[in-house]
Amino acid sequence: MANSFDPADRNSIRPPNLRDVNIDLQATGGINFWLNQGFTWLVYLLVIVTVAVLFAMTWVIFGEAKPAILHFGLGFLWSKEWDTSKDVYGALPYIYGTLVSSLIAIILAVPVGLSIAIVTSENILSDSVKNTLAFVVELIAAIPSVIIGLWGIFVFIPSIEPLQQWLASHLQFIPLFDTPEPAGNNMLTAGMILAIMILPTMASVSREVLLVVPTELRSASMALGSTRWETIFRVLLPAGFSGIVSAAMLALGRALGETMAVTMVIGNSAQISSSLLAPGYTIPSVLANEFAEAEFGSLHIGALCYLGLMLFGLTLVINIIAVLLVQLVGSKQE
Amino acid sequence: MTINSNSKIANPLAEVLHEPLTPQRILFTNLMNAIAFGFTALALIPLLSILWEILSKGAIGFKLSMLLNPVIENGFANAIVGTITMVAIGSLMSIPVGIMTGIFLSEFGQTNPVAHFVRFITKILTGVPSIVVGIFAYGVIVLVTKQFSALAGSFALAVIMLPVIILTTEEALKLIPTHQRLASAALGASRFNTTFRVVISGAIPGVTTGILLAVARAAGETAPLIFTALFSFDWSSDLFNPTASLPVLIFNLYNDPDPQKNQLVWTTSIVLLSLVLFINLVSRFVISKSRVN
Repeated sequence: MANSFDPADRNSIRPPNLRDVNIDLQATGGINFWLNQGFTWLVYLLVIVTVAVLFAMTWVIFGEAKPAILHFGLGFLWSKEWDTSKDVYGALPYIYGTLVSSLIAIILAVPVGLSIAIVTSENILSDSVKNTLAFVVELIAAIPSVIIGLWGIFVFIPSIEPLQQWLASHLQFIPLFDTPEPAGNNMLTAGMILAIMILPTMASVSREVLLVVPTELRSASMALGSTRWETIFRVLLPAGFSGIVSAAMLALGRALGETMAVTMVIGNSAQISSSLLAPGYTIPSVLANEFAEAEFGSLHIGALCYLGLMLFGLTLVINIIAVLLVQLVGSKQE
Repeated sequence: MTINSNSKIANPLAEVLHEPLTPQRILFTNLMNAIAFGFTALALIPLLSILWEILSKGAIGFKLSMLLNPVIENGFANAIVGTITMVAIGSLMSIPVGIMTGIFLSEFGQTNPVAHFVRFITKILTGVPSIVVGIFAYGVIVLVTKQFSALAGSFALAVIMLPVIILTTEEALKLIPTHQRLASAALGASRFNTTFRVVISGAIPGVTTGILLAVARAAGETAPLIFTALFSFDWSSDLFNPTASLPVLIFNLYNDPDPQKNQLVWTTSIVLLSLVLFINLVSRFVISKSRVN
């Protein structure tokens, strides 16, 4: 509604102050208006669906695991026996296997991933070579996990078996390698295959972190007489440290949840052994192997879902920390 | 301090400025260069080895009959059909939700604090292990319908595709400059009009790329399908029965005693790998083409 001007008030007329003028040009009807409203409501609805997916996931898995949680309680986490016929279930071998294989993967993947990130962000090579290299490394992440597992069994294991035999025969005084006759399917192989799979995550996120470090830091360091590698170690890596840590955590999260390739090469034997050359079992592997045959609604399914809930919780915590770290790094840049 | 005997500069600083690096520093530089390039080459070896081995082992046994027969008769036709079906239904479920959420994050995100939370949730969803997604689909569909089905598999694939589509759509929409949106609004367009006539039409290459990448990822996923769609050696009659898929074929038959089935596994691997890599390369091509424009 427009304020009306009475021409008789000539001495009190001021130029129209837009704050006083309440002209509402917005439509209140018509096809365009309703299309817009419908669109907005649809968008809000589908956003709620997206957010609901995560919460529904937590709810459903928790509901499935409840029979086992009520039956075993927290003792599930450190009991070792897993016997389907006796309905006795314990998670410790699987937790151990998951953590150890992921640890090996991280130890192997972080240096290699950082090297790739440094090589593709510094200007040692030309731009086109760097971009091609970064793309090729990301292609590794696109390869389906079963195919990497297949390659692992038929190509990778035969080629590192000599190395493992050597480790077993010459270094058996170290408990890490204390296995008399290592078959190819063991924890070390699984850790190495996992490292290959999480490498692209580590490399690409670290590369982005290093690319964002301001050039002034590099220039200042060079001006003070550092060589390229001294700059990298003393200036760039400390500057990008939180970003690199978040890259490592994202890679760790991926390693913890990786199923197929690990199932095919880890030997699938639920034992806890200090030797890396002994077979093991991870949470995703036991889920992949036993879920399909377990009876609906049995305690077996409940125990498996309990394991799945623990895996979900663990990866959730790691991913939340990683995402928060990345956001922290991003806000520091601004 | 060494004296540069060739120096014609009378500047006394010349000696300091032209001092060569100590041998330790030169050694360090060369060592680190060797390590960095060595590690990079090391990382490329598995990729090249995978490509080479899969292609060579699979190409040998390829027979045209494999494309037409189901697994019982030494072919992977029902697996291809199964994968295509489940990915298609999964896309139908996830693409609308994903694109709309992506639109929310970029168009409504500027003024809405909820967008921050939604983006956070989406990033968390990307990191959920695929086997956990399988358990979710099992709980939601298999337990309710009391049987394994292609529908459950499609649902699992949809949940996996969703965050990829959301994040890539948001990135694609963010590339459209704000002044185009402002110009459209100044001409009186509503948000709906602005989004669909101005923003989306410019972002189609990016959005398509996102969808292709999500499809490639879903086609290669095995873990969620193992206990939702299970597997089937023959043609499936409908969507409410166990269905074969390419990755699950590989997983189930890789240690089968029958050598023909082993050969089938390698040939299936070529098909799956080529499909996934082709989609990735095409999407990369689409992105670079759109950047040139």
